[in-house]
Amino acid sequence: MDQDHRFEQALRQYIIGFVLALALTGVPFALVAWGKLPGSVTLLFVLLCGLTQMVVQFRYFLHIDFTQQKREDLLLILFSTLLLAIMAGGTIWIMTNLAHRMH
Amino acid sequence: MKGEAVRHPGINLGDDHGEAHSAAETLVFGFWVFLMSDLIVFGLMFATYVTMLTPNSFAGGPEPKDVFNLGSAFAQTILLLLSSLAMGFAGLALRYKHSVVRMNIWLLISLFLGIGFLALEINDFRDMIEMGAVPSRSGFLSAFFGLVPLHGLHVTAGCIWIVIMLIQLRVFGPNTVVKTRLLRLGLFWHFLDIVWIGIFSIVFLGGLA
Repeated sequence: MDQDHRFEQALRQYIIGFVLALALTGVPFALVAWGKLPGSVTLLFVLLCGLTQMVVQFRYFLHIDFTQQKREDLLLILFSTLLLAIMAGGTIWIMTNLAHRMH
Repeated sequence: MKGEAVRHPGINLGDDHGEAHSAAETLVFGFWVFLMSDLIVFGLMFATYVTMLTPNSFAGGPEPKDVFNLGSAFAQTILLLLSSLAMGFAGLALRYKHSVVRMNIWLLISLFLGIGFLALEINDFRDMIEMGAVPSRSGFLSAFFGLVPLHGLHVTAGCIWIVIMLIQLRVFGPNTVVKTRLLRLGLFWHFLDIVWIGIFSIVFLGGLA
């Protein structure tokens, strides 16, 4: 009985996550297909939707949140994200800067 | 799930699974270390791809607008999302000790959706190669074929992993080893869908916006 209740709760989490992910997929695709907004506005919106959907999937499919995680697990994920942000952000910054100078 | 001790990120088996629940703690943590290093690999492939979007890198060859197919990218996205959801349901069937048959069905659905995704993706690659957009044509295409098929390769590995788990479920039944492997398979599959969000946002939508 208690187990059934827990299952339904957990199931609801997946359904919520799925519906949110579907919306966050459909809207950017529709915007690009529509193609009436300026490119940079569309791009910004696409990236925002993408980031939001990553958070949604981490939260609802991988069950990561800030309240009930064990400390080292959360640290692992946050530290990897930080490393990635430094390396990917730094690469893009430096290389696009170089590309501009080459013109 | 609130109130019970959470031993690792991702769906937890829970105390009623006894030994498997405690065994999962270190195994799943180790798998997260792998996932996060894989995330760094993908992230740097993304960084390389983005730096290859300048006019110089197209080398007079095809540009993103010429080679990407929005409809196909959308279909692939939906297939992978549904597959990820089916894998989530398989995880729930495992966690709440539903019948093995139910778990098998969700795993099979997840597998077929994954194969459908791969079929569409391979079809797209073939179209690109036919129009002369081969990896050696330009820096942009090299980076594209480094990033997107790398994800496809992961999905292929995941499909093989699902088949292996279906066999192990049949041979061994849901014992401790099989259960903790299924937990890690679920994490891997959800992780691949998260990487795909980056791919469709940056590569396909970014290229066509």
